[in-house]
Amino acid sequence: MSLKIPHHDINLEPTMAKAPDFNRKSERMQTERSFKSEIIAAIPLTAQEKLFHLRICDQAERENFSFLPGQFVMLELPGCGEIAISISGSSSNHEFLELCVREVGTVTGLLHRLEAGAFVGIRGPFGTHFPMRKMKGHNILLIAGGLGIAPLRSPIYWANEHRTDYEDITILYGARDPGQILFDYQFDEWRKIYDLKLLTIVEHPDEDWNGHVGMITDLFDDVPVDPDNTFAIVCGPPVMFKFVCSYLSDLGLPRQRMFVSLERRMHCGMGKCCRCNVGSTFTCLDGPVFDYWTVMNLQEAI
Amino acid sequence: MLYKTISKDNFRKMLEGLMENNEVMGPRWRDRDAQGNKIYRFLKLNNFDELELDYTRTYSSPKNFFLPFKENLATYKLGDSDWEQDIHYTIHPRVIVGMRACDINALRKLDEVMLKSVYPNPYYSARRENTIIIGLDHEPLEDCFCRSMGADVALRGFDLFLTDIGDKYFVAIGSDTGYRILNQYDAQDVTEDDQLEFKRAKQEIESKFKTQVDVTIVPELMDLEFESEVWEKWGDKCLSCGSCAMVCPTCYCYGTEEEVDLTFTHATKSRCLYSCNLLDFAMVAGGHNFRPDSHIRLKYRYYHQFRGFVEAFNQSLCVGCNRCGVACLAGINPKDVIDDLITTEKL
Ligand SMILES: Cc1cc2nc3c(=O)[nH]c(=O)nc-3n(C[C@H](O)[C@H](O)[C@H](O)COP(=O)(O)OP(=O)(O)OC[C@H]3O[C@@H](n4cnc5c(N)ncnc54)[C@H](O)[C@@H]3O)c2cc1C
Ligand code: SF4
Ligand code: SF4
Ligand code: FES
Repeated sequence: MSLKIPHHDINLEPTMAKAPDFNRKSERMQTERSFKSEIIAAIPLTAQEKLFHLRICDQAERENFSFLPGQFVMLELPGCGEIAISISGSSSNHEFLELCVREVGTVTGLLHRLEAGAFVGIRGPFGTHFPMRKMKGHNILLIAGGLGIAPLRSPIYWANEHRTDYEDITILYGARDPGQILFDYQFDEWRKIYDLKLLTIVEHPDEDWNGHVGMITDLFDDVPVDPDNTFAIVCGPPVMFKFVCSYLSDLGLPRQRMFVSLERRMHCGMGKCCRCNVGSTFTCLDGPVFDYWTVMNLQEAI
Repeated sequence: MLYKTISKDNFRKMLEGLMENNEVMGPRWRDRDAQGNKIYRFLKLNNFDELELDYTRTYSSPKNFFLPFKENLATYKLGDSDWEQDIHYTIHPRVIVGMRACDINALRKLDEVMLKSVYPNPYYSARRENTIIIGLDHEPLEDCFCRSMGADVALRGFDLFLTDIGDKYFVAIGSDTGYRILNQYDAQDVTEDDQLEFKRAKQEIESKFKTQVDVTIVPELMDLEFESEVWEKWGDKCLSCGSCAMVCPTCYCYGTEEEVDLTFTHATKSRCLYSCNLLDFAMVAGGHNFRPDSHIRLKYRYYHQFRGFVEAFNQSLCVGCNRCGVACLAGINPKDVIDDLITTEKL
């Protein structure tokens, strides 16, 4: 690897017309105010996962709501509970939010029983985001394991909406079995219209499956990675991103150019309840998106 | 800062005046422990004589006037398919008298998180901004190590702060409200003699610190000794009861709970103080627990107090009051744990 220190030219980044301080988080606000939102569609994807389209009811609240890929919201079912969910839709969609939710417990269980027309609450957006602007001029490698594809859809939409900003875009997506593959109805569009390369792999194939079989890292045999010109976004269970990130690191990809999203228990999203504490920081404030160097240096992160 | 003196008689009159017009909380004794020592608590004062200004330590800290054990965050009116959220901040003006420097410094640390960092907490600030704090110096207890934590002197965060200099109090004035109250009770300008007395009183206090904890390299040690057996040695004794966090003046973590009433017409969201020592602190859906063992959870309580908070705010969270050590049924206290970490090779 060359010893020339890589530089990041902030001149290339557009300066923002308004402060990037979403929701004015340093000003006093009604921190527990939930934006009432209508479920305008509840779409079953697999046996466990549903995609929800939520439209914030109040026009002003809806227009003020903006997020960047990788951020999450706190989704509230009044009287039941509140949970953290990554935003899975496009950040340019100001009409409704897309959330992909797996049914695993109390709140997600009730949510899955709600139909279009029901009202839920959302607070946010919270957390850090994938540095899409920084990635300008580079290849982007998006790697998802299982439900990890949900938070990746946001950067995928972004990349398409800013397609000329990026060179090659590659998605590697691994699932346990073919029945668990999410968003396959979009794959053709992504390949043809978004002009990106998409490879899928499953661990346990069924009779109809004729794609790759194995672990996500097996896909690297078919994907050349240019370590000097690539940013990676890796979402999935910790074991998976640990494997993937060490593999990429061995290829020479700097760890501060790999981004992962951590998951912890969350009760506030604002750095107050400490439940998402990891090492010396909070996942909801300094994360959920961390670069891999930071993750490696946080105690108990992986 | 402005300084004045007030005679003890006038101080009594001042408190009586405050009690007539406001809720005044102060240290009172509630019970005796097995050894016959008084157990104190901050409670509402009905008259001046209930106030025990020479109290040793309150079992629980006054943080709960700002962060109650349970607090309503929002209420909901539930309709057939719709709901309406209502948020109301409790405004409850109060005076707290007799707070020690360490407890005032503890509040200032909470201020860093609750008022000065991102997402200022409106519930906390409604209480903080409507509370008058009258602090009071005291002689350190055997096991106080607030001096080691740099929390033995309060320079801000109060309205008035008193030091006993014989028949009067030397008063540091921290706010205009404090100034106005004090001046109604014939406060005097500080004389040279008062200053000498003040210095003497402070030196007397300083000379009485017995417990020291060497915290100079503790933030680094927290990292370097992350895998140390010290954590298992202490952590395996921990009952995961959470008492330490409940009595601590700076522990602030919480959990939220939502409940529906029996008629299904109202719901509430409340915030309950929690402890990182409790079993399900970091448990997520599917049963995975990021901190499954008591020693890992105990380690993180220390890690947050002595390293995490330092990284974020350049100061430890712990103020050295040793309330957690007193409350712990397993005999775990910060001095012993940190001493062990420092001398870990001797294990
Ligand atoms: C930043 C972030 C993004 C997430 N994005 C998604 C997503 O896009 N899709 C999705 O399906 N899930 C996502 N999750 C996980 C989701 O938050 C949990 O599945 C959910 O909290 C489970 O709630 P429950 O009430 O159904 O489960 P229960 O087991 O009944 O949980 C009870 C309570 O524990 C807490 N809790 C439990 N598990 C978690 C967890 N993993 N994270 C945080 N709090 C938890 C919540 O307060 C919850 O109400 C995300 C989590 C985080 C931290
Ligand atoms: S000594 Fe214990 S109770 Fe007191 S501030 Fe430190 S951690 Fe909290
Ligand atoms: S350290 Fe002591 S007080 Fe704290 S949880 Fe463990 S047993 Fe309880
Ligand atoms: S979710 Fe409460 S501190 Fe992060």
